[in-house]
Amino acid sequence: MVTILNQSKKETFGTTQRKDLWWLEPLVYAIGLGLFLLYATWAAFQGKNYEFGPYLSPFYSPLLIFDWWHFSPAFLILWIPAGFRATCYYYRKAYYRSYFMDPPACAVSEGCSGEKYTGETTFPFIFQNIHRYFLLGATVLLFFLWSDVIKAFNFNGQFGVGVGTVVLFANTFLLTMYSLSCHSFRHLIGGCMDSFKCGYQFKIYEKISCANEHHMFWAWTSLFMVGFADFYIRMCSMGVWTDIRLL
Amino acid sequence: MASPYRMKNAKFKVYRGNASEGQEVEYTVPVEEGMVVLDAIHYIQKNQAPDLAVRWNCKAAKCGSCSAEVNGKPKLMCKSRLDDFNLDEEINVRPMKSFPIIKDLACDVSWNYEVNKKIKPFTPKENTNWIMKQRDVDRVQEFRKCIECFACQNVCHVIRDHDLKPKFAGPRFFVRVAGLEMHPLDAADRLSDLKNDMGIGFCNITKCCTEVCPEDIHITDNAIIPLKERIVDKYYDPFKMIFRKIFGMQ
Amino acid sequence: MLDRFEIHEHDVLVIGAGGAGLRAAIEASANGVSVGLVCKSLLGKAHTVMAEGGIAAALANVDKEDSWQTHFTDTMFGGKYINNFKMAELHAKEAPERVHELEHWGAVFDRTNEGKILQRAFGGHKYKRLSHVGDRTGLEMIRTLQDKGVHMGIDVYMECTVTKLLKDGDRISGAFGYWRETGKFVIFKAKSVVLATGGMGKMYKITSNSWEYTADGQALAYNAGAELIDCEFIQFHPTGMIWPPGVSGILVTEAVRGEGGTLTNNKGERFMERYDPKLMDLSTRDVVARAIYTENKEGRGSVHGGAYLDISHKGADYVKKKLPSMYHQFKDLADVDITKGPMEVGPTCHYSMGGVRVEAETAMSCVPGLFAAGEVAGGMHGANRLGGNSLSDLVVFGRRAGLYASEFAKKNSQAKINEKEIESSEKEVISFFENSGENPYAVHMDLQDLMQANVGIFRTENDIQKAINGLSKLKEKAKKVKIEGSRMYNPGWHMAYDLQNMIMYSEAIARSAIQRKESRGAHSRIDYPDPNPDDATWTSLIKLGTNGEMVVGKAPVIPMSKELKEVLKNDEGRVSKYSNLLK
Repeated sequence: MVTILNQSKKETFGTTQRKDLWWLEPLVYAIGLGLFLLYATWAAFQGKNYEFGPYLSPFYSPLLIFDWWHFSPAFLILWIPAGFRATCYYYRKAYYRSYFMDPPACAVSEGCSGEKYTGETTFPFIFQNIHRYFLLGATVLLFFLWSDVIKAFNFNGQFGVGVGTVVLFANTFLLTMYSLSCHSFRHLIGGCMDSFKCGYQFKIYEKISCANEHHMFWAWTSLFMVGFADFYIRMCSMGVWTDIRLL
Repeated sequence: MASPYRMKNAKFKVYRGNASEGQEVEYTVPVEEGMVVLDAIHYIQKNQAPDLAVRWNCKAAKCGSCSAEVNGKPKLMCKSRLDDFNLDEEINVRPMKSFPIIKDLACDVSWNYEVNKKIKPFTPKENTNWIMKQRDVDRVQEFRKCIECFACQNVCHVIRDHDLKPKFAGPRFFVRVAGLEMHPLDAADRLSDLKNDMGIGFCNITKCCTEVCPEDIHITDNAIIPLKERIVDKYYDPFKMIFRKIFGMQ
Repeated sequence: MLDRFEIHEHDVLVIGAGGAGLRAAIEASANGVSVGLVCKSLLGKAHTVMAEGGIAAALANVDKEDSWQTHFTDTMFGGKYINNFKMAELHAKEAPERVHELEHWGAVFDRTNEGKILQRAFGGHKYKRLSHVGDRTGLEMIRTLQDKGVHMGIDVYMECTVTKLLKDGDRISGAFGYWRETGKFVIFKAKSVVLATGGMGKMYKITSNSWEYTADGQALAYNAGAELIDCEFIQFHPTGMIWPPGVSGILVTEAVRGEGGTLTNNKGERFMERYDPKLMDLSTRDVVARAIYTENKEGRGSVHGGAYLDISHKGADYVKKKLPSMYHQFKDLADVDITKGPMEVGPTCHYSMGGVRVEAETAMSCVPGLFAAGEVAGGMHGANRLGGNSLSDLVVFGRRAGLYASEFAKKNSQAKINEKEIESSEKEVISFFENSGENPYAVHMDLQDLMQANVGIFRTENDIQKAINGLSKLKEKAKKVKIEGSRMYNPGWHMAYDLQNMIMYSEAIARSAIQRKESRGAHSRIDYPDPNPDDATWTSLIKLGTNGEMVVGKAPVIPMSKELKEVLKNDEGRVSKYSNLLK
């Protein structure tokens, strides 16, 4: 049995000789990201049920209430983490593959080949280059989130720990790891130099690099946790479930 | 010694032909323990098709000659063990897709050598005493592990699907430039070349190069993204640009 | 008549693009002549990339006592005193400069704490002397030279096989070859030619060498009238992989033993106690290789006919850190976790000490305009090479060959291309397509079996004679091998041509081996088990006779200068066992 091999670039979408389930990974990511986006948009539009006891939903932190702002306060701050994640070197890979199919998977044809492709050299993707300023913004937000965690130990003037406290702590920890493992942060710490100034700088750079290797892990866990933190507080606030005091 | 492998045969479908026409020809190869795809190709050469064209040298994953696509995945044939495949199905072996086929499994990879020529060579700082700390050369040494199998060039969709060879240097050469740019004693500046001639902006960091690298070089995370960040420093960071304007620094 | 051929003209033509060839091309180009560089594979795939351990040079960065004199002494002891003294001296003196030069061209060696080039210990070297980059020093060297070379305007002819050196009378005038891709012929006109084609291991069944190592350069030189020396000395590296069959021969670096790996037989005995109680597992390569072989002969070998090499007692983390590529090599290729259990190893054909006889300073052979450097040249390593001395050999003598070849080209005009020679070369290569004999791969396997069995680690008069008889039969078979397919990228056809070279050099090995009636370095005769100091005064010499027959003779070892004798005086005990040169 023989087949004529067509080596030309004009192949239809999805042409490949791969025999594994190459479509599984992009599909899972597409669904995961899609579900989060849906939930986050819905939650941000709510404009209510974001507080319960000492807890404040991370979607709404810091809580900015102004007379002149008639929409949900979430929108005043959510553009920062949204921009941070949208320009993130990991998420770029995930959504270029899952949503833009550029490429859908390694060694799988895109179908719409051609020279129109401009990558990240033109609008809008050229703006990926300002990732570091979103990192700056996200770092500022982290200070508020940590102060929210501290507040979450304070139940009407008394020290305490609830499930919500743990959730907020875990969320902020993961978000911090996500920011620390950021490629732009790694660049700032030592990637921008050819020789390290001292052994300490190198040690820090090594630690950041180590975290950076798992950037994808921190990206997904923190994404899930930030959604769950909002969901948890929202459910408490709506009375669907009650927060259990652990201490 | 009795071995369960003796019984088994593996079916291979190997591309035979040149750039304009060709076909997949089926060969049956008896499987021995520890066999790799390249062994099977050699078996075919010795017993069934002496003129089957294939490149190989070291057979120990050190020279990077025997790149091909095995079941659609860019691989070194000398490192693809048969026990990793389902031997009930046939195994497809094809030449790299992104380069013109010469014959059978051999492709014309000369484009890569042309790109390499355009990279500014290592230019040591003047009056250096050649003292370098190990911590400063660690990064560079990772990039210098590259064995030039061109699997990353082959899998990169900018080359494979969009065929932007004239404008784009490809992951292999970003790795090479990273090794030069991060060299503690190098004085040359290749950032504008990277941005303009080598088209690093076309890379959308989808990481297929890293996935296929047989030397396990973290091409995207350690070479391309740090270079992109350095380019941002020079060309896209508004505050740094203003800062440089005011203080007249480079 | 020549019009129908593609013709390229250069002042210097370098054949082979490994460490020596690239270094020669760079030097010649820097000396202001036009250079062509021909290689059988793609650029950067040369066998040099397989070198793991390091490059030996007395930099004294780690051990301050080191000097060129100790390096020279070590090299001479390793070569059992039949090395070309002058080459060993130049090598020891110039190696440090060459290593620094590599660094200045962009090589990134591992560093000491002070930031200098780090050096490691290796078998046969008194001090820590091997500059290295993890376990991929050869790759670093090739890449450095390659990247240096591409900016010097050297014309590189990739995947081109040279089948004949062209001569005008005595003088070299160029080379004739074919493109692997198209099978079309090409003529190179050159005022001088540098051979840097490497070794010959493919005539043995178990070898660490790649397909390219088919003694091409040795055969080209021999057919052009140059002399070959020391052909009997073939280094068998004691530790190559032996199982599974597909990987047999692949090198297991000496560093495994350097890091504390131990060799045992199937009874669990550390058998090296019996062969070299002092150095044990870190004895020289020839001794360990013979020991493993003997254990097997006497029924104490491992399951697949080797020995067990175990490093697992050092702990998984240590092994993975110190021997990363060995860990992956066994994990990926043999499914063996060397952090958990022993690996099986056995001797593998590794290096040819012999080769084209050259003048030490200029690297020129007895054919005017023909130079040779690297493994293809003989003399530098004597009867046995030390680990790490080959990478330094490449750059020291590669540079010298390039320099003197370009000087030669400046002083001489282009010699004429002899049309008859072209015609006969063309016929020779094409004739295979008209044959109806055996498959070339089958003949190659016969050759490997013959050499492995009869001219291997241990040799006897009988076995060698058997090999010589067998070779004459194979020679006839090889001339008649049948080729299928066209001239386009046809490995079967390429093999047919390579076979002629391998058989020629096999004969040179066998004839030299039968002539040396003693055991010295890598040459072990069961019928003459001891070294004879009287035999240190000559090296075997092979050349082409006037009737096409192989002529075997002896060449006297060059006399040693007073200065070098003084250097060796400190080592008199070892010297006198092998040589009378200090008497």
